[in-house]
Amino acid sequence: MPDYNWPDAEHRTLIGKRVTRVDSRVKVSGQAKYTYDYRAPNMLFGKVVRSPYAKAKIVSIDTSAAEKLPGVKAVDIIQKPGTTVQWAGDDVVAVAAVDESTAEDAARLIKIQYRPMPHLVSDAEPPAGAAESAGPMSGDEINDAINNQMPDMQLIEYLRQYGVSFELDPGDIQEWRGEGVSEPVLDAIRKAKYHPAKSGVIHSAYKKAAAQTMGDPDRAFAEAEVVCEGLYGAPVIAHCCLEAHGSTSEWPDKDHLFTHISTQGVSGIAGQMAEPLEIPAANIRVHQDHMGGGFGSKFAADRWDVAAARLSRKAGGKPVRIMLERDAELEVAGARPSAYARVKLTAKKDGTVTGWQSQSWGTGGPGGGGMPPIPYVFGVPNQRKEHTAICTNIGPSRAWRAPNHPQAAVITMCAFDDLAARLNLDPLDLWLKNLDMTGRRRETYREELGIAADLMGWKANWQPRSQNVAGSTARGLGLSIHTWGGRGHESNCDLTIHPDGSVEIKMATQDIGTGTRTTIQIVAADTLGLPVEAIHLHIGDTLYPPSDASGGSSTPGGVSSSTRRAAVDARDAVFAKAARALNAQPSELECFNGTVRVKSDPGRSMTWQQACAKLGAKPITIRGKNPDSSKPPDLTSSGVGGVQMADVEVDIETGIVQVKKMVAVQDCGLIIDLKTAESSVYGALAMGISYALFEEKVLDQATGRMLNANMESYRLAGLNDIPELVVHMMTGKGYDERGVIGLGEPPVVSPGAAISNAVANAIGVRVPFLPLTPDRVLAALEQKNGGGKAGA
Amino acid sequence: MKDDPRENDKPKRRKLRVGVSRRDFLKITSISAAAVPVLGTKVVRAAGEPVKVYGPGKIPVELTINGAQHNLQLEPRVTLLDALRDQLGITGAKRVCDRGECGACTVLLDGKAVYACSVLAIEAQGKPVATVESFMQGEDLHPIQQAMIDNDASQCGFCTPGFVVALKAGLYKNPNASPEEIQHALSGNLCRCGTYHGTQMAIAQMTQRKG
Repeated sequence: MPDYNWPDAEHRTLIGKRVTRVDSRVKVSGQAKYTYDYRAPNMLFGKVVRSPYAKAKIVSIDTSAAEKLPGVKAVDIIQKPGTTVQWAGDDVVAVAAVDESTAEDAARLIKIQYRPMPHLVSDAEPPAGAAESAGPMSGDEINDAINNQMPDMQLIEYLRQYGVSFELDPGDIQEWRGEGVSEPVLDAIRKAKYHPAKSGVIHSAYKKAAAQTMGDPDRAFAEAEVVCEGLYGAPVIAHCCLEAHGSTSEWPDKDHLFTHISTQGVSGIAGQMAEPLEIPAANIRVHQDHMGGGFGSKFAADRWDVAAARLSRKAGGKPVRIMLERDAELEVAGARPSAYARVKLTAKKDGTVTGWQSQSWGTGGPGGGGMPPIPYVFGVPNQRKEHTAICTNIGPSRAWRAPNHPQAAVITMCAFDDLAARLNLDPLDLWLKNLDMTGRRRETYREELGIAADLMGWKANWQPRSQNVAGSTARGLGLSIHTWGGRGHESNCDLTIHPDGSVEIKMATQDIGTGTRTTIQIVAADTLGLPVEAIHLHIGDTLYPPSDASGGSSTPGGVSSSTRRAAVDARDAVFAKAARALNAQPSELECFNGTVRVKSDPGRSMTWQQACAKLGAKPITIRGKNPDSSKPPDLTSSGVGGVQMADVEVDIETGIVQVKKMVAVQDCGLIIDLKTAESSVYGALAMGISYALFEEKVLDQATGRMLNANMESYRLAGLNDIPELVVHMMTGKGYDERGVIGLGEPPVVSPGAAISNAVANAIGVRVPFLPLTPDRVLAALEQKNGGGKAGA
Repeated sequence: MKDDPRENDKPKRRKLRVGVSRRDFLKITSISAAAVPVLGTKVVRAAGEPVKVYGPGKIPVELTINGAQHNLQLEPRVTLLDALRDQLGITGAKRVCDRGECGACTVLLDGKAVYACSVLAIEAQGKPVATVESFMQGEDLHPIQQAMIDNDASQCGFCTPGFVVALKAGLYKNPNASPEEIQHALSGNLCRCGTYHGTQMAIAQMTQRKG
């Protein structure tokens, strides 16, 4: 059995070292071609007409004037009259024209009549008594869920739990299938229990989930030495990918679609587009060279992507580009659900936490959303939790880097921090005191907390709340810990070794900016004893073996494992051919620095090219897979721990918060490339500072529209907001042998909580909700000084 | 009075009511309120000054990009950014916010950093335009590009060309700039992946180099 194990530290030439990102040269020189950069001869420009109402029935659509405009080549109705749009900016009609300005002119000529309906865009705390249990779905509600891209899992779960309020007609299923509804959803509709509709029931937008209880919360509260109450939360924020969502689609012939799309999941797109376009997935080719950010919002083919393909078909196959405008990108192309909670913690006077009670709420758009995983990391023994999901008419939520974890961290870590303050304890001590509740990563956290405290100078600099004030400046420290899975996903690759020694890898994965190309090339090059640039890598095309979408920190473990298995097999195939010439057994050979040599007698060697020439006339191609139980061991695993600390300065006259320093200590198993791994963490800290201090989708209650759908007032952190950042990666014994684990999500979880805790430490009062904007800081200070209610 | 500016406001006001696009806005502001097509001439008076009027419809536009001259037929409302990307296939400058907020489309116009999304192609005539594509000398990277690579200052890379161009403009304007001054010069460039740490290190490398 070949040895697929990761090489040990002494035998790694590239793995774990600082290797320069392989595609940075094309990125700094402007040569990298993104989906938005793709430009084809005769390309048409598509524009989408969007609903100005947050909730409205489409009454009529008149496209005749647009169709008559010279230069307009196709019009596609995305949502038919009779459909209810559920958020402002929802796509209704798409139009394609010879140039962008003509398409814009045509979009303005399309007349759509709506019947506006009452909307809800507020995710404020549900009024008492407003929440009701969810009920069975009517046919209209299922239609709305489908039209509004409610995630399949959510819809299926809802149908399973609540059933339907109408008697299913076989024709209904047929019709839904025709609209591209997935088989699992159709199955759930078929199996849904029938509950005759109760007349006169008004469905509430507030859906209360059943209370969850663990242990004996009543007893914990009865016996508590101290009870600490608090209010915490994080609002809906946007993904704001710099490369907007979108694609360019063309039909080389009437049966085949070729689409360039900005996506995190090249291999999944064809399957998603096949049904609505009524062609086999096999006839769809998907391509992407570089992509400008997704952060969880670019897993699926969107309605506008299907519209681009339809427009192209109507226009005789000419390429049609639809890339979202910035306002649409912010308004409809992704949102992180909000989460807020009233928390009560019970504890002993020594800081041991004994009980958790939370009433939480939040919105993930029309579907409502779920409860974040609270209490986070700490498995408090006695818990009672109630959650109310608010179904709102804001754009639907999408996975946002470490889905639900940043919100859970804010709610949990801030509650723990308030408890420490209440007990006059250093939070670092309270965290250490309760580490037993963190389970199997306990010792990792302990080690990381020690390292982070040293790097921050915590023991020397930490002071109790509001003790570190000079003039109008208050300084404070805060901390948070986090976790994530990060197991490698399913991945396939073909590795080819040519008789001239050149090495080629094909894999339908994607590099979303995380260094996936670099990871693959390092693994192959390290295994074959070659330099990184000797590996010719082809990714981002459905012509190659499928690899899963890049999400949930699953890519590094997946692509490195499939590549390692293929490279080991290919190497051994070369050894088998070259052994005789070296007068050795294949098992006695190794690859080293561009040669194949005898391990015990390195003088007996030949160049890599000479060894590959023994393959004969034809190249060899090896398929590598992950997972692959026939080729053990498992090269990836799951479950990391990380610690972050923040040092902030608050101007108590203006309320402005400045982060002065952040420390991140992170484990992620065996690191393939230390340089890009650190970059992931640095980037996560910057992104975290951004959502901690600035980011919030501001919805206008009156019109239901997003007020800050631009990059001036939807503020992202800039260079001047980024302080000294210290990143420490856990490596070596205890970490390397766990195999490769992904890193994208975990470091973005803690910044919000750590910064909020630092601000509370500085000013002596909790600012309940992110972002920690000046008005909120001043409101909290005013409340602390007895000036009235805190704003939120 | 044909060229009474008040008369000309009317159709544009109507446009404003239905939602004025950025292109329309640029058109309005750049030729002011006095843009009346006057028969036989392409010059009108605006605020007491003679002003050339372009369009409507496509007009010849001559641009000098990265040292090469390009003769295009463009509507006057086409931005420099869209002319570069959609007409010439020069895609280093990216379209992100399309209204001068993020810096991803930064190019050099006459040596100065400008947002190409906020300059009309017709306004860029007669001045050299340099995009990130012109920074390499053959196969050799510009030291700024090398500094960005050394410090891994790009992740997805979509904002990177804008940062590279703005950094070059900042150092060109003030070769002895401090890191803080260069950082200030880059405050109009935004990154979502959060490559700011790498960029700060690249700035440090460049300012030390200038010593």
